[in-house]
Amino acid sequence: MRDARPWVIAAILGLLVALPWIADAIGQPALTGMMTRALIYGIAAASLNLALGYGGMVSFGHAAFFGIGAYTVGILYAHHSSGEPFLGLIPGTDRLILTIPAAMVVSGLMAAVIGALSLRTTGVQFIMITLAFAQMLFFLFVSLEAYGGDDGLIIRRANEFIGLNLRDKATMYWLCLAFAAATLLILHRIVNSRFGMAIAGLRQSERRMQVIGLHPWRYRLAAFTLSGMGAGLAGALMANYLRFASPDMLHWTKSGELMIMVILGGVGTLIGPFLGAFAFIALESSLAARTEHWPLALGLILLLVVLWTRGGLRALLLRMGHRR
Amino acid sequence: MTAPVLEVRSLSKRFGGLVASDTIDLDVNPGEIHALIGPNGAGKTTLIAQLCGELTQDSGAIHLDGAPLAGLPPASRTALGMARTFQITDLLPDFTAAENVALAVQVRDGHSFRLFRDVRRDADLRARALDHLASIDMADRADILVSSLSHGEAKLLELAVALATSPKLLLLDEPMAGLGPTESAAMIETLRALKSRAAILLVEHDMDAVFSLANRVSVLVHGRIIATGTVAEIRDDPAVRAAYLGEGDA
Repeated sequence: MRDARPWVIAAILGLLVALPWIADAIGQPALTGMMTRALIYGIAAASLNLALGYGGMVSFGHAAFFGIGAYTVGILYAHHSSGEPFLGLIPGTDRLILTIPAAMVVSGLMAAVIGALSLRTTGVQFIMITLAFAQMLFFLFVSLEAYGGDDGLIIRRANEFIGLNLRDKATMYWLCLAFAAATLLILHRIVNSRFGMAIAGLRQSERRMQVIGLHPWRYRLAAFTLSGMGAGLAGALMANYLRFASPDMLHWTKSGELMIMVILGGVGTLIGPFLGAFAFIALESSLAARTEHWPLALGLILLLVVLWTRGGLRALLLRMGHRR
Repeated sequence: MTAPVLEVRSLSKRFGGLVASDTIDLDVNPGEIHALIGPNGAGKTTLIAQLCGELTQDSGAIHLDGAPLAGLPPASRTALGMARTFQITDLLPDFTAAENVALAVQVRDGHSFRLFRDVRRDADLRARALDHLASIDMADRADILVSSLSHGEAKLLELAVALATSPKLLLLDEPMAGLGPTESAAMIETLRALKSRAAILLVEHDMDAVFSLANRVSVLVHGRIIATGTVAEIRDDPAVRAAYLGEGDA
């Protein structure tokens, strides 16, 4: 971000805001929906990157927080339409202003619990234990017949938000764009703060950080929780976009996809995960139209990016920018 | 006499059948450089690990400035005034020299749960980091990435980071290791100057450094302290000569 010239950022922002009109003008209205998904996955990937890229915590279970965010919206909606409070206590709602914070709180709490246990380990054990927790939650939602079980939970109407019609593709896109911008801004502040320095220090040497007097676990847990909250936000947006929440959102392959987006775009960078998400969605939709073996092609491209770009698409773009 | 900064009493640690620390008694007094020498495998590393909290002792007690350290994790011991450097330098390679020191200053300030203020615009933090760098004569290297520093500079930087934690005791694990003759001489002078800021427990193989710096020397062999005394006393101690110095001469 810091290396990009202001006018480049302004131009990109302008293009992003104007995208729904451009998509209509060039006769590709599907582009708006695709970009909405890319923005939502970008938020999830950027959040994962706070733990993975900056903090060095390779979580293979972030789909759990994504899915929990989505299910929070779905379950609150289900209770809103049935009129029965959740667990007889919490009334349902379809107000975005309530469901989004609720989704972030619930996924944050879940991340705090899973993180508190998983962060006792490091390395491969950490990867495996986060994967295990996420799969446990996946099977929990598969077996939760009250909320659709295997079939997922249909949300008949998107959430209400200050009179906006979130069923309108362009409106939903702008909403997601605003949340993506806010996420990017907040992450920018976090990684450049004292807290950000501490977690980046922990990534480089836990021993060094202990010796200067820092208790690693507390800081890792806080970063992991924030990261889970961001994934929960993305899930809540996805539930509103798809008007659907399903166990697939918590499946380990979704965790893998989020990781691929981070690596594709640039680990430990602010804008990288968004670039990765755009690239992933673009590749997925263009390759899937040609062959059902698209994951193979995607895998090859990922391999090339990892081997040759030294830092993902972001690094590649920067180098191209400098050469000019 | 004033109370010692570090007080170790009958510290013991075994690994299976191997006694790595055998009822060790050791004091480091204020303003003193106390050197710990001993042949390889004598248990120096195990002792340091127990002092800084990476290993827990089987029995015995460690007090830092009167406070018992048993059961405290490394970070808590640092907060009480224990600082250390590593035999093989362990710094944050992606950060600059100044950032490495600033992190230690920041942690000393209290918690680091400040999520939104830009740390690089914190002029006060940087100024304090630069002070510590200046005290080891490295102010001009402040903005160099640690991964680009020379070995000798990294050794010095570890000292600056240790000083930034406001230590009462510096635990220096072979600060001379891998230094050339000029760098060694400079390091000796730097350490001599540090004596006024914190008591030092110096683990070192370089006998020139030990004999020129130490107020007292303890000799560790097979997990036991076989002698403690002034440089002259240790040099003349027959048991030490047999166990250690003789071996070095051969």
